[in-house]
Amino acid sequence: MKQAIDRRRLRALIRKELAQIGRDPSTFLIALFLPLLLMFLFGFAISLDTARTRIAVVVQDSGGAAAGLAPSYSNSPYFEVSEFRAVPPARDLMMADKVRGMVVIPQDFSATVAKGKLPQIQIVTDGSQPNTANFVAAYAEGVMRNWAASEGVGGRVAMPAVQANPRFWYNPALKSRNFLVPGAIAIVMTMIGTLLTALVVAREWERGTMEAMIATPMTMVEFVISKVVPYYFLAMTSMAVCTLLAVTLFQVPFRGSIPALLLVSSAFLMPSLGMGLFISSATKNQFVASQMALLASFLPTFLLSGFVYEIASMPVPIQALTYVVPARYLIPSLQTIFLVGDVWPMFLRDSAIMLGFGLFFFFLSFRVTRRSLDT
Amino acid sequence: MSRLFTRRLWAMIVKETWAILRDPKSRAILVMPPLVQLFVFSFATTLDVKNVDIGVYDRSHGAAAMDLIQRIDGSPNFRRIVPIRSQAEMREVIENQTVIAVLVIADDFDRKVAARSPAEVGIVLDGRRSNAAQIVSGYLSQIVAATGSVPRVNDVAGGTVVTHWFNPSLSFFWFTLPSLIAVIVSVSGVALTSQSIARERELGTFDQLLVSPLRPREILIGKTIPPMLIGTLNGTLFLIIAPLLFGVPFTGSLLLFFLSLEVYLLALVGLGLFVSAISMTQQQAFLGSFVLTVPILLLSGYASPIENMPDWLQVATYANPARFFLVIVQGLFLKAMPAAAVFQQLWPLGLIALVTLTAAAWLFRARME
Repeated sequence: MKQAIDRRRLRALIRKELAQIGRDPSTFLIALFLPLLLMFLFGFAISLDTARTRIAVVVQDSGGAAAGLAPSYSNSPYFEVSEFRAVPPARDLMMADKVRGMVVIPQDFSATVAKGKLPQIQIVTDGSQPNTANFVAAYAEGVMRNWAASEGVGGRVAMPAVQANPRFWYNPALKSRNFLVPGAIAIVMTMIGTLLTALVVAREWERGTMEAMIATPMTMVEFVISKVVPYYFLAMTSMAVCTLLAVTLFQVPFRGSIPALLLVSSAFLMPSLGMGLFISSATKNQFVASQMALLASFLPTFLLSGFVYEIASMPVPIQALTYVVPARYLIPSLQTIFLVGDVWPMFLRDSAIMLGFGLFFFFLSFRVTRRSLDT
Repeated sequence: MSRLFTRRLWAMIVKETWAILRDPKSRAILVMPPLVQLFVFSFATTLDVKNVDIGVYDRSHGAAAMDLIQRIDGSPNFRRIVPIRSQAEMREVIENQTVIAVLVIADDFDRKVAARSPAEVGIVLDGRRSNAAQIVSGYLSQIVAATGSVPRVNDVAGGTVVTHWFNPSLSFFWFTLPSLIAVIVSVSGVALTSQSIARERELGTFDQLLVSPLRPREILIGKTIPPMLIGTLNGTLFLIIAPLLFGVPFTGSLLLFFLSLEVYLLALVGLGLFVSAISMTQQQAFLGSFVLTVPILLLSGYASPIENMPDWLQVATYANPARFFLVIVQGLFLKAMPAAAVFQQLWPLGLIALVTLTAAAWLFRARME
């Protein structure tokens, strides 16, 4: 029986791996350029904080009251307004995706105001983008309500007897960047952990160098360790770069501790690296491995981890699926480390689950690799 | 000799199609991801907030407070109400994300409501999920405002009538499914093209192609046809599934749909060829296509509206083919977009395709000589 780990052999294998990483510039592209690109995109390109939305205001009435309401829309910080006298040109703009909604001030508007009644306006939104449509409807209603209240139109508007007083903990300014950027770090680690590892081992199979490796006295344990260790450090390095970037460039607060960050990210890399190894040993083809890794790691991390989309709102079968996405356990912890502080019960529980997944994937890849060596 | 479509070209296309379809694993990879993405994407990507758990810290214990809690319990947006008994417990359930928000009812709440003096209800929300928290805050505020008060006179909504065109019930499916065509086609279009050449390079068969009587132009065309076919196939699949399984209407012109799809695919294939021209290994090709695909998707207006981006980044989106194609598919599905409006988006798309294809062809020739 061969010794499972021989120090000298292991060192040689790791050195080979490092040399390979060093020789291919694309590895550095993954480890340095990609994290920067992703952080940059998630920091700047994705924003759920709605900015100025283009709408059309159609004033069909020439009375003074209508002339008073229309500027309330152009003066609102939420809207960029183009004014029209009739609906058809505004409808064409909406059709062509140039405006996201329109406010129609009808012909009898000023006359109704003159009678002391509350006039009605029409708000039409572009429903093809539901989120923006909701926003346009809510804010366009608000502008009308404020205008009516300040002009005293339609009599006294009653204040509700009970009012809600919301306070947002951890992120009082409600910047979506504050939770998107920590999530982006999870995506970066998935990229390196799963995608890069999957490609690397699949390449050994595809080029036939795997057979040469098997012919050496190397054991499977050594092989796996030699593949995992360099990429673990590579991933941790990009994690550190991303964290630095998040705190400096994107001004995300960092309220937790570095040991906590190291713990949860190391725990996450286990399933991540394990999955990469498994995919590559199972497919043995770089194209298939890359597509599988994309499908099994990148997309779930983006879509099924609660990163952007609320898990509770998904249908039950999809919710069940999220339990096997390792990032589901990483992202809340990461967001907590950045925005809240150290919540150890949460970190320990999530890390334990991630380590469990990690063991499972390593076990699977051992089995698959061993079987394929025999055939 | 000047004929574009020669027997050699035909042989090249047949060979390329076989190269993709021969391996059962890569055959599966052409069909499976789009289908998985179709179901997972369309069900998972909703910015609606439903079924969330809410904590209630009731220190008043009066009739008005009970009434408020029951109204929240009755709301379809919330799943479970977790009773909270202390400040420390409130902190704990929010920190651990057991609940997204806690409603805090002060001990003088019932007294104030009974005395008809203005009462307040505190809501503490988890800012880590600021988007969902804002929506929950909106739901709760509405419920709170409706309680306690006997409806007073003149309780008008504000004199507005809201209509949502093109998608009256604001269903997210109607937004996601058409957009998915742009997403899925771009993932396969760029990746497939770039990988096929890099693979030949890595295995050494590309040199064999070069010494064959095939002209560079024919090699390029042969490499582009199969990805175009597969992209068209995936697009058509979605075109059929979206109305059939998800009830999303297709109101526009089929002719315009396929015309735009092909132009979009040409732009993508151009990008794919460009990547493969500069990469020597499959790993590089994969990375190159990933580096292109992610910004294409994130800067398209699908992941978040272009209006929300900083101005300088909004300018950059004009170079993104997906930006234009997304407007076209959404328009053709939901808005019955007229041809004139489609062409407004189509000509920049065509321009991008022309640029990417020429650049790729030029770079290819330069690298081959």
